Amino acid sequence: EQVPAAVLEHLERLALVDFRDAEGVRRLQEAVRFAERLHEVDTEGVEPMDSVLEDRCLYLREDDVTEGNCTKELLKNAKEKIEEYFVAPPGNIPLPKLGERETFEQQS
Amino acid sequence: QGPLQVSAALREGRVGAVELCQRCLARVRDTGFLNAYISVAEDAARRQAEEAEKRYQRGQPLGVLDGIPVAVKDNFNTAGIETTCASNMLKGYISPYNATVVQKLLDQGAVLLGKTNLDEFAMGSGSTDGVFGPVRNPWSYSRQYKEKNTSKSHSENEDSEWVITGGSSGGSAAAVSSFTCFAALGSDTGGSTRNPAAHCGVVGLKPTYGLISRHGLIPLVNSMDVPGILTRCVDDAAVLLGLLAGHDPQDSTTIQDTFKPFELPDSIDIRKLCIGIPKEYHVPELSSEIQTLWSKAADLFKDAGAKVIEVSLPHTPYSIVCYHVLCTAEVASNMARFDGLEYGHRADMKQSTESMYAATRREGFNDVVRGRILSGNYFLLKENYDNYFVKAQKVRRLIANDFVKVFGSGVDILLTPTTLSDAAPYVEFIKEDNRTRSAQDDILTQAANMAGLPAVSVPAALSKRGLPLGLQFIGHSFQEKQLLTVAKWFEKQVKFPVIQLEDVKRHDCSVFQHQKSVSSL
Repeated sequence: EQVPAAVLEHLERLALVDFRDAEGVRRLQEAVRFAERLHEVDTEGVEPMDSVLEDRCLYLREDDVTEGNCTKELLKNAKEKIEEYFVAPPGNIPLPKLGERETFEQQS
Repeated sequence: QGPLQVSAALREGRVGAVELCQRCLARVRDTGFLNAYISVAEDAARRQAEEAEKRYQRGQPLGVLDGIPVAVKDNFNTAGIETTCASNMLKGYISPYNATVVQKLLDQGAVLLGKTNLDEFAMGSGSTDGVFGPVRNPWSYSRQYKEKNTSKSHSENEDSEWVITGGSSGGSAAAVSSFTCFAALGSDTGGSTRNPAAHCGVVGLKPTYGLISRHGLIPLVNSMDVPGILTRCVDDAAVLLGLLAGHDPQDSTTIQDTFKPFELPDSIDIRKLCIGIPKEYHVPELSSEIQTLWSKAADLFKDAGAKVIEVSLPHTPYSIVCYHVLCTAEVASNMARFDGLEYGHRADMKQSTESMYAATRREGFNDVVRGRILSGNYFLLKENYDNYFVKAQKVRRLIANDFVKVFGSGVDILLTPTTLSDAAPYVEFIKEDNRTRSAQDDILTQAANMAGLPAVSVPAALSKRGLPLGLQFIGHSFQEKQLLTVAKWFEKQVKFPVIQLEDVKRHDCSVFQHQKSVSSL
């Protein structure tokens, strides 16, 4: 079964990564087909395993500030910043639908 | 030679740390055609070497690693040195901090020569898919390989015959194999340290998950990643392990048990051992050479008095597909941090945050990375989550339990091949896509990551093409001492040949060729 186009578009939005071309879509179809083999395994009564260290307690340190104050260091790696802020373009603007996208990008 | 021997030489003043550093840097330059290094930190290395030399002159070296040149895979954060993960996404990214393992090396006085090449974001089994180009296996230029490839005419075809290092820690493996450094750090999520170790004829250790800190290792799969150790002999790997293992408060997935560094005994009573040969590792794709080598190794142990038995790890055939789902899912999550805002590449797109993120990620990631992100997101969709992601987590438990059963039944160590065959020529390797290759090549190494177990690849013999073949030992959780003790015994028996590199200036080889082993004098 093919992955439906609506799902492909949904994935692109979730991942914020595009398939770029038919090859990318084909790769996903292959990946999904490959994963189907999992269903051959009988996992009745088996608990999912999150971590091989599940029998141990994670280390939790005291909630004390022991480091930080490195704003300048961290800002060094950002391309766009103002004072101590990372600058982002306006938010809450949804990505255009697939068809519109090419023109949208050409405009910017 | 390894760190301990060179360390003795440094202590006794037979060679100075600065001279050693210069020679290694020269060798890095001379082996530039291997493309093993992405960045070489010449000035910083020289400064570190000078400090080390002063300490030796005062008779106060920091330890066995003081003044010893090492290399680090370019997915570990190194303060002041570019960390790229071989991706456009992080080109120019200068990390503000050192990964814990890097800090530990530096605190011991190790001289960091540079960052080594890899597949982009450690995704791949060839070290061919990074933006800085593929890494060439030093054995491509060995007399051993050239002798077996006399059928081709000389210089014009020579360049197309080179073989891959395997991956994804190919740069680190090549760096160690070509004598540019004495040890290197890699990472191992599905076999990325053991695979190139086998192809490059070096020792590749994957420690137990939770033993060595991942703080500062740019994550691929948080529940499976471990820093890997690449050295020229097993003793060296034990030395490095001793310096790197232990709880790190900055990585809460490191266990809190106190780690006791150990020295490996020179001899062991093999008769006390039970070696398991998992029959499911006998896959049809295994080359006949490797099958024979594996059999011979089993016989070696048998003849020495060990109990060698066939065991079964029935869920092995599902390990790759299980990995495929869990890995892509974790990757989808881990790669979400790359959005262009705080660090790394940023696309010139100002319309909206989302479009800037999308463009940044389109420009920054290669097809392999993007493919895995998309697959991962697919498996994490609400309608797929239980059927794929949770299902894979259940299969993971079954795989881990297979090992628990076998190790619980009296087996001390498992012996398996590391790779399906010797290293492929680059032109052959790239005929298949990354995912197909990874799925094929990770078959023998992946399950150890699934179960979090320690495993080591040890060079065993040369193939008929004159290339290295490695064999893998898998041990009980946190029993690295036993694992490496057995590996060391095996290493001594097989006496793997030293690489005879011809294209590099001969006089620099003399210091490096004598012994591979690391024993304090």
